[in-house]
This record gives sequence, structure tokens and C-alpha cells, in this order.
Amino acid sequence: MKITVEFSGGAELLFNNKKSHDVDLPDKDTNWTIANLLLWIKDNLLQERPELFLQDNSVRPGILVLVNDTDWELLGCLDYKIEPRDKIIFISTLHGG
Amino acid sequence: MDRNLQKSEVDELKQDIQKLKDELRRKERLLFELQQKPLENCPYNNIFKRDEIVRYSRQMIMSEMGTDGQEALKNSNVLIVGIGGLGCPAALYLASSGVGKLTLVDYDTVELSNIHRQILHSEENIDIPKVDSAYAKLKRLNHNIKIVPLRQLINNTTVERLMKSTKYDVVLDCTDNVATRYLLNDACVLNNIPLVSGSALQMEGQLTVYHYMDGPCYRCLFPVPPPPETVTNCGDGGVLGPIPGVIGTLQALEAIKIIIKSEGILTSRFLIFDGASSTFRNVKLRKRNKDCEVCGDSPTILTLINYEQFCRSSAHDKVVDINIVKPEQQVDVEYFEKCKGTSLVIDVRPELEFKMCSLPSTINYPFTKLTKNVGGFTEFLKNQAKTTENVFFICRRGNDSQRALNYIQNDVIDSNLNVYNVKGGLRDYALKIDSNFPIY
Repeated sequence: MKITVEFSGGAELLFNNKKSHDVDLPDKDTNWTIANLLLWIKDNLLQERPELFLQDNSVRPGILVLVNDTDWELLGCLDYKIEPRDKIIFISTLHGG
Repeated sequence: MDRNLQKSEVDELKQDIQKLKDELRRKERLLFELQQKPLENCPYNNIFKRDEIVRYSRQMIMSEMGTDGQEALKNSNVLIVGIGGLGCPAALYLASSGVGKLTLVDYDTVELSNIHRQILHSEENIDIPKVDSAYAKLKRLNHNIKIVPLRQLINNTTVERLMKSTKYDVVLDCTDNVATRYLLNDACVLNNIPLVSGSALQMEGQLTVYHYMDGPCYRCLFPVPPPPETVTNCGDGGVLGPIPGVIGTLQALEAIKIIIKSEGILTSRFLIFDGASSTFRNVKLRKRNKDCEVCGDSPTILTLINYEQFCRSSAHDKVVDINIVKPEQQVDVEYFEKCKGTSLVIDVRPELEFKMCSLPSTINYPFTKLTKNVGGFTEFLKNQAKTTENVFFICRRGNDSQRALNYIQNDVIDSNLNVYNVKGGLRDYALKIDSNFPIY
């Protein structure tokens, strides 16, 4: 299943400083959820220091997750069932001023 | 000439010049005030004076603003916290749009490294409080409005005092750290004031309005603060001037829209600006969380809490110095200066910072590169240190150099190398050895 995964707000630094990743998720018997995707990202995309991205089987505090420009909170968070061509964005919030 | 004698003469001259500047500023202000004619009543409008009508006409003739909107602006009270990269452009547009009373809060003084983005401050303002520099500029821009410059740290006491003294229509969060962001969020929720929150770093900016209508507050989105090690400040990460310029300007726009009760406020939405690709992304956010600790239906946070403890970080964006190597491995810059000619000096700053300025005959080996392959680094070290056994680690402030030293401690223990950390780093070198070295 082809989807796009994006990182911004500094989260891209953990992914070779690359913001957009075209991803082809391997077929599996059950639906792909964001929970599954996080583990897949950890094993396949993440280059360094997983604790700066993941914590307790979810994203670490301060990262906002968006599915097709909508807050994942409105879509079931970790349980959201990923569809082909979804664009999933992980945004680290900025604090500088 | 005797160096000390010359220094005291320089200091004396600096003081004289400062006095003259203050005197000049005072007289300029006096002249300015004398030349200002009081606004005359206008027989053609009951609310606005003639000059106000002329000044604001370009926005008042729009249906979105109208005389009602302009009157709302004139009667409004706006608080801007942080007069830096975001606060400067925000204050500029709010002052010029005719906000009745603008309160500016910041504790910092102007530094040369602020000016590329903090557009109210200029070269002659260096070392003076940011709020004073901002006040002088804004007053020249629009003397008809009330501007209150407050040189204050933002903490629970000062925020409570501010909110008790005035009913603000909107607050702008233009601050630079996580603890203050939670503090302002909670204070705004407890006093029922919309909060326009902006942030900027490097090439990216973010913007949203918290606690407006049925939209979320900062805690609804982020009930748990980020781990301190994931937070980067402008001093370390850098920022391009126009980025906070864009976001601060948009903060002023949202504030005006809130005051004039426009539709289309950026609530339950989040705007992400990527300057590198010139793209804006406008995303849909959750509504207010009914279980939110501060803005939920049965809140548990009813007064301000200890935010530095909650966030495990200080309420400023300055770097806190560490001391993690053995005392016998700590050397001061004076000792370093004596030995550096016959020793190996490793500068562990990022490559870009090394390229910007570095001491001659030092070798750059970035800390991040070192941590990825410690073995590779110790090999490199042993090869480089053939004619000396003394190795000095240096960086911007002397923190990463200590981390680097600790990283390799076990690997060099068997070798005949003596490793030292240069305390205070290049900053101390500039302060104590050679002021020509840039402090950044």
C-alpha cells in the first residue's frame, strides 16, 4: 500500500533530514493502523535516537499527528485504519520566538 | 599605552556617550511631544477625531472593519508577551492599526544577534531593555495610542498581577520557551482570554489561536510537555528573520480579527509555514477537550501551577551550563591559551559554526559525528596526537566539549593521552583572551 509520510518542525532531523517519504507498506492480513505504522517507521525510516520520536508505543509528547491534514484525534489516533494514498504527517511543535 | 589606563578611558568615554544619547533621546521626545497637536474634535464624526479618520481610513472603509471595528480596536486592550522575533512585527501592526492600549512585556535587553529578526530594535538600542526600544519606535509610529512597556520576567506573580489589573481582549504568546507557553495558556483559560500563539525556528513557523469559542487550548493539544532534550531554541537552531516576521504579522492579524469579531479565526486549526518550500499548510484540529485539566468541564487546574517543574525546563531560552567532567580535566581559557600552541585542539561544534569562526590550528570534529562512531573518533585522536599527549576539547560554551570528553573517557584511559575540557568554551575565550573572537 502506497502512502506518504512527512516529518516537520525538526522531527525530520531523525530521518536523515528528509521531510517527505514515499512509502510502500508491505501487504498484511489485517488493516494497517497508525500503531502498526509507528513500529514500521521505527524499523525502516528512523535513523537515530528513537526516544526522541516514540514513547510508550505512541509518538512522544509534543508531536502532532495529521492524517490528510486532519488531527488524528478526530480519526481514532493509534487505531486509525490507513488507506492507500494517505498522507500522514508528524509535526514537532516549535517553541522559539 | 598601559592597557588598564586605556580601558578606563574607553569606559569613561562610553559612559559619556551614553549620557549624551539619553539626553538626546529625552530632548527629541520633548520636541516631539511639543510639536504634537492634540487631536481636535471632529464635527463630522462623534467617535473619531479628524486625524484618526484619515490615519485609519484605508482599513475603516472595508466592510470587514468599518467604523464599528475601528471603534472596537480603539477600545481594546492587547497584551504582547515577548518582544523578540514574533513580538516586534506583531506590535508594529497592532500599534499602527489603532489598538487602544498595547502592553508589552519582556525582561531581556537588545543584543546585536537579535537585530536581524527583531525589527523594532536597532544598533543604537544594544544593551537597553527591549520594551524601551520597542516603546520608542512604536510611539513614533502612532502617538495616539497608549503603549505600556513593562520590563518584567513573566512568571506566575507577574502574570496574575497583569491579568488582575486589566481585562485584556486578547493575549499574544510571542515567547521562546515551553514553560512560559503553558503558563500563558493556563492564565488565559483561567481569565477567559483568547491566546494567539506563534512560534518560529530555522525555516518553519507555526500559528494557532487557543481558547477561542469551542476551540482547544494548548493543554487540549499537548497535555504532556515535550521532553526537554527535544526542544531547540533560536540561539542553537538558528532562525531566518522573515520566518518570525511572517508568523508575528499573522499573530497581529488574528488579534485584530478577534477584537473586531471577524469570522474565520484560526481556532481548531493550525497553520504551518514552511519557508524552505514557501508553503502554508492549514490543518484541522480537535475541538476543546471536555476532559482537559484546565479548560475541560471539570478542570483540576484552578490556579497557576509550577511550570518550570511541570516542563522540567527553565522559563527562558538561555542555555544552562553543565559541569560533568572531573575537576582535574577542567582548564580555564588562560591555561588553554598558554598550552594551545603545543597541544591538539578539537573543536566539537557543528561544521557550519566552525566555518563561521574558529581558532587557528584547531581541528573540527562535530559532537554529533563523534557520538555516532566513538571508536572511529578515538582512532582519529590517537593518529592526530602523535607529537603531543595533551588534547583540549573546546566548543561554543563548554558544554558539548564536556559531553564529548565523557563519551571517549573509557576509550582513552589506556592511552597516554591527557584530555582536557576548556571551561566556558569559545565564549570565555572571547571574553577573557581575545575580544575579536565573535560571541554568538
